Amino acid sequence: MTTILEAHALGMQYGRRRALTDCTLDIPSGHVVGLVGPNGAGKSTLLKLASGLLSPTSGSISVLGDAPGSGPAQLARVGFLAQDAPVYPNLSVADHLRLGAHLNPRWNQEFAARRIAQLDLDPAQKAGKLSGGQRAQLALTVAAGKMPELLLLDEPVASLDPLARREFLKYLMESVVENGSSVILSSHLISDLERVCDYLIVLVTSRVRLAGEVDQLIAAHHRIVCTRREPDTLPAGLEVVSAEHTDRQSTFVVRTDAPLPAGDWAAEPMSMEDLVLTYMETGGPGHRPATPVSEAVLNDAASNEAVLNEAVSNKAASNKAASNKEAGR
Amino acid sequence: MIEFHLDTRSGVAPYLQIVQQVRQALLLGLLSEGDQLPTVKQVVMKVAINPNTVLKAYRELEREGLVSPKPGVGTFVTKTLGQASLTEHEPLRRDLEAWLTRARTAGLTEAEIEALIHSTFRVSVEEER
Repeated sequence: MTTILEAHALGMQYGRRRALTDCTLDIPSGHVVGLVGPNGAGKSTLLKLASGLLSPTSGSISVLGDAPGSGPAQLARVGFLAQDAPVYPNLSVADHLRLGAHLNPRWNQEFAARRIAQLDLDPAQKAGKLSGGQRAQLALTVAAGKMPELLLLDEPVASLDPLARREFLKYLMESVVENGSSVILSSHLISDLERVCDYLIVLVTSRVRLAGEVDQLIAAHHRIVCTRREPDTLPAGLEVVSAEHTDRQSTFVVRTDAPLPAGDWAAEPMSMEDLVLTYMETGGPGHRPATPVSEAVLNDAASNEAVLNEAVSNKAASNKAASNKEAGR
Repeated sequence: MIEFHLDTRSGVAPYLQIVQQVRQALLLGLLSEGDQLPTVKQVVMKVAINPNTVLKAYRELEREGLVSPKPGVGTFVTKTLGQASLTEHEPLRRDLEAWLTRARTAGLTEAEIEALIHSTFRVSVEEER
């Protein structure tokens, strides 16, 4: 099976700030990948590295077997939808499709026009006059109309109301079926990811904490509740992801690839949301921060994002125009 | 044609929810032999769900011998559960009712009964694997 994204010790640094640290990933094709993590964890940086908008400061990344943005052929195979679904406000819906047809060698006009009709968008309407949900759908139509093998979406539904979000995801999944595209999608809305994703990456403070197929991750993790005890008294083979104690009770989240051995505890399966939150809170095995998700970490993350935005706007002559171009190419 | 729905708070894996809804539809007689299941594209457009999840559910149903795919056409029901199996269920349901009465007489609360059923069910499912 081919790989959609392969990263080895990938790192991105802005001045002294690390936006992405030692990121190693190997994502097989045919997946819809959910990318989750707190603000400033490095999600946007990873997507920009994958689209070729940024170049890494260390390590290596390849997308569909090639260096991101390495040439017209590679660009034609990857669609990127930047945060907030940028469109050209003064161009009409039909203009956007014309632009898409002009800029993309594999453009599928039939698909794009049918999608616009299904969405009940007026082709003559200026994009600036569309609702948030319609704008996002137009941007997705342009990105999917180029028939990419991989669609990269940076928080595409963050600003949409629940109904518009659901509609967006329906059309995204339709693109997956029709075009056979793989997708990497960042979002804070875990319930949405639970619907559409079959591969999960959790990023926390610039590091990959968890990555793998959702089914396998869910099957490998258990929450066990027992009388108070130390984690090292648990059977060998159980990797303790998190441990919480009261005066008489202990609650562990454990990971094991073998079936959970029987014991004097109550074991529960975990939902994707439980899993994500556990890894976000603890930072995962081997990386547990001294203080759990302290203010210091959050502040650090916030300034990371600020530096990132600055670096990006420096890199592109005009941030908006660049993003628009990305949506179209 | 039947339609699926998805409850992401139920804790049941999405593919299993589809499997259960097909079984339910077969038991209720909403589906019978020869009926077509919605195509993967129809399902993803209805419930905004990963297409691999739908495929996984259909493969599981195929493994159970309930449906079979016709390449290029769709997935079709190959077995009717409907009335016959409901009649088969009746004695089992009566056994269960008798057992529930015994459990209540023994002083078990509703929560205890539920916990006992769930844990016994889980253990027996695991043993069968």
